Amino acid sequence: MNGDWHPGATLEVLRDRAAIVDGIRTFFRERGVLEVDTPQLCRSTASDPHLKSLGVITGIPGYGQVPCFLQTSPEFAMKRLLAAGSGPIYQISHAFRDGELSRRHNIEFSMLEWYRPGMDIEALRAEVSELVAVVLATPVKFPCVTYRDLFQQHLGVDPLLCSLDALLTVLENQGLAYVTRPESKNDWRPFCLDLLFSHCIEHRLGAHSPVFVIEFPAEQAALAEVRVLPDGARVAERFELFYRGVELANGYRELTDAAEYRRRHQADEVARKRLNLPAVPFDERLHAAMLAGLPDCSGVAMGVDRLVMLRANLTRIDEVMAFSINRV
Amino acid sequence: MAVYSTSEFRNGLKVMIDGDPCVIVENEVVKPGKGQAFNRVKTRNLKTGRVLERTYKSGESMEGADVVDTEMQFLYGDGESWHFMDPESFEQYAVDANAMGDAVKWLKGQEDCTVTLWNGQPISVVPPNFVELQITETDPGLRGDTSGGGGKPATLETGAVVRVPLFVDQGEIIRVDTRSGEYSSRVKS
Repeated sequence: MNGDWHPGATLEVLRDRAAIVDGIRTFFRERGVLEVDTPQLCRSTASDPHLKSLGVITGIPGYGQVPCFLQTSPEFAMKRLLAAGSGPIYQISHAFRDGELSRRHNIEFSMLEWYRPGMDIEALRAEVSELVAVVLATPVKFPCVTYRDLFQQHLGVDPLLCSLDALLTVLENQGLAYVTRPESKNDWRPFCLDLLFSHCIEHRLGAHSPVFVIEFPAEQAALAEVRVLPDGARVAERFELFYRGVELANGYRELTDAAEYRRRHQADEVARKRLNLPAVPFDERLHAAMLAGLPDCSGVAMGVDRLVMLRANLTRIDEVMAFSINRV
Repeated sequence: MAVYSTSEFRNGLKVMIDGDPCVIVENEVVKPGKGQAFNRVKTRNLKTGRVLERTYKSGESMEGADVVDTEMQFLYGDGESWHFMDPESFEQYAVDANAMGDAVKWLKGQEDCTVTLWNGQPISVVPPNFVELQITETDPGLRGDTSGGGGKPATLETGAVVRVPLFVDQGEIIRVDTRSGEYSSRVKS
């Protein structure tokens, strides 16, 4: 460790950052969305195999040393507030994702997450674009493209209905066949899709204007509703927003069925076991809240640091944070 | 030798790729919000200098390469090999033309160089950033011209050819930046 005590961001960027956060709060206050503050330290966490929560052994009087987790997003707690009848809510908080560090990732980062009961996913996309247009001074109408169209246009393959062999052929054509595949063939399909999306498509997205990618494969639904298209393809009611190759937001038509939530958790657990990842306790309280009734709603998470990066025209997340992980 | 997993990849780490020692020069983690992470890694082959870009799945590992940079003094060349000495152990190393690469152009003797050893064998040589060498051949100087614009080729005592300003004469000693191969200044003798 060296003695560099300086912040990664200039004071000018930090002032800009404060102004952006201020603008976000004004945006939601004017729309009657309630600001909430939920815990980052919880006994359960996301079960997604590709998210690694930081575990914290916590001394809780009466319970002894309890394994807890720093949240990868405030989703579970916010959904319990929705079930309790909160109405529309938003939160700006820190989230933690173990091992994620790059030019665009820091293990601890700032997330804006909001939920809109009764709002469908198109209306939520419209609201996302209004917020982003204000902050980044872009035109307010963002184009929409399906995950499927992107693969067909750039790689000539239908990612939803093609065979695994067809995907492997595309890997070969793109010079990516050498990349080591997961041990179990069950994991190859999502592996191919992630590899192709991140290497051949992502950097092209949103060069001139922010763009929404919609209708992700059902396997990437997380806790989004799944819909069947007329040709039988199953898609998640999810969107991601990209601008200048940067993933800025991730939105969902939220799953409300408690039994389906349990099934997805179990499927994640099977995948985690296969990948030699530790099990994640099922969140019984979220399940109970969903049984009591999570209202139909759409929700979205947005990276605040990345928003600042785009506004300030900076390419490293360290340049928009006071102290990124290598400075603490 | 140690084995390094993707989470330990960092710039400067020496690893084995396809049987050759390489150094990581860029390591970018690619992580879609809901997808799996990949490391896009650029490595430079320490023997050939070639840069290679490859993607590794998160959790994969690479074998470390036993590579050390050692400060050594260049003694002499015998036409086939170039001989260096470790000033601490007094051990001498013979370096072949392949490993010498461009360093050959700048060395006449006595220079302190960085010699990279892989499993104890020299695989590359980095000369000092600046060397002082005599001009053995160049067109006659133009006294009045000190602008340095234009310039002319000059052959140095090691055989290297660099562009020098018009006012520099044959027989003079000049300082050259070995990283760019460019003339830096005249050396008053």
